[in-house]
Amino acid sequence: MADNKFFYYKKKTINIIMISLSFGAALVAIIPLAFIFYYTISKGITYLNLSFFFEMPKPMGEDGGGMANAIMGTFYLVGIGGLIGVPVGIMAGTYLSEFGQNKFASMVRFMTDVLSGVPSIVVGVVAYTLVVLPMKHFSAYAGGIALAILMIPTITRTTEEMIKLVPHSIREAGLALGIPKWKTTVMIVLKTAWKGIATGILLGLSRVAGETAPLIFTALGNQFWSTDLGQPMASLSVYIYDYARSAYENVIQQAWTAALVLIILISILSLLFKIITRSKYKTKF
Amino acid sequence: MDNIISVKNLNAYYNKKNHVLKNINIDIPRNKVMAIIGPSGCGKSTFIRCLNRMHEVVGGTIDGSIEVDGQDLMKVDPVLLRKQVGMVFQKPNPFPTMSIFNNVAAGLRLNGVRGKKTLAPIVEKSLRQAALWDEVKDNLDKSGMDLSGGQQQRLCIARTLAVNPKVILMDEPASALDPLSTSKIEDLIFELKNEYTIVIVTHNMQQASRVSDFTAFFYVGDLVEISDTRKMFTSPDNKKTEDYISGRFG
Repeated sequence: MADNKFFYYKKKTINIIMISLSFGAALVAIIPLAFIFYYTISKGITYLNLSFFFEMPKPMGEDGGGMANAIMGTFYLVGIGGLIGVPVGIMAGTYLSEFGQNKFASMVRFMTDVLSGVPSIVVGVVAYTLVVLPMKHFSAYAGGIALAILMIPTITRTTEEMIKLVPHSIREAGLALGIPKWKTTVMIVLKTAWKGIATGILLGLSRVAGETAPLIFTALGNQFWSTDLGQPMASLSVYIYDYARSAYENVIQQAWTAALVLIILISILSLLFKIITRSKYKTKF
Repeated sequence: MDNIISVKNLNAYYNKKNHVLKNINIDIPRNKVMAIIGPSGCGKSTFIRCLNRMHEVVGGTIDGSIEVDGQDLMKVDPVLLRKQVGMVFQKPNPFPTMSIFNNVAAGLRLNGVRGKKTLAPIVEKSLRQAALWDEVKDNLDKSGMDLSGGQQQRLCIARTLAVNPKVILMDEPASALDPLSTSKIEDLIFELKNEYTIVIVTHNMQQASRVSDFTAFFYVGDLVEISDTRKMFTSPDNKKTEDYISGRFG
């Protein structure tokens, strides 16, 4: 009897300790995020006003001005990246999951895993060699391509995993209705997995929105307003990099504001995705 | 008799080695219900999958000949074949992201039939045939996943009917359902045979005797006996059939 009681309390104690440890770990996981929010908001809020969004940068050292060109540039660069990276990623992921029971597919799978581990600066150098050198100048195209290369592995693998979660019986139902295989794949399987795929796209886009190193080699940056995709283009991340190294206190402040704006834009993007993919039908199996 | 499906010397294999159906010969009469019974792993499901080439989806191959309504099955485009020979599966599998209406309309819509005006009457007719209309008519835009298991299975039957097949294959359509839903499905089968030919695989011998006109007994890949259902369940010719039906094995 006494023995039983001992084991009961021992079990209870271990349980409490383990739960506290996991809770602590969960807390540690969100602390960095809390700090990031705290610092970017407290330091970046000073210059966060409408003119930051609509005005051009003032010359170094001069107070005021905004980063309209960089905000627009980030949209353009991530847009070009997405235009290339999203379709390629989704189609590659679909291929891997639906037709990928062969050697070629396992090779692709391995390569995308390797690619997702390649440092972004290396991707920048590669895009520099492939696009900037032949064109003989930096351009938004080159930046977009570098970002596309960076997001393809994320989108490919998430798409594959999400499509694999769709039960085989759903595919069989489509085929048994006399729906051709490709239509079953696109209109039924992809549609069923759409929410998960959208999360993958979002992860891919938000990851590259903050990339700096590959852009320095490709889109370079631009002090002026330019929507010419064949020319260098400004971006928030490159501005953060440039301004944060400045000697002027107010310029460093603007770097913080740029960081805050970047975080806000990515949050808005996440929110938009949540709203777009919200469906009145539960995707449970 | 008018046979809609005629199977001759059918052999089926998985992965080219595993021989799961051996020399099967069956004629399936038009507008009748044919039940396929037998213990697990005897090839029942494989057999009906061969009838609309769904065996290919799971890596099966066949030799021998199957004729469906006078056409050589292996020469018909599987997509066209499956519109004539529909299939209802063991577990209800409505499309999770579609409404009840769209589930029923899916087979038509994804084959190019457009417009709510054209689709609505077909959807209603199919749901009525599947005895589901009265239960869902006010909720056609709700998700098919919100229905009960039995309703989901009838939704899947309605979805199959909407494509207007000649033959409906049912792979243990009631084995995942409660007794009440099962009896609804059985009543439905009885109604449907006026217009369709039905081949139903079942584990449940009472069900076979209740719903079918003919019964075929499979045992480890062989067709042991096929006859009129009443005869099969009262005086089978084969000792093995008698043992199985009387519950001595299986």
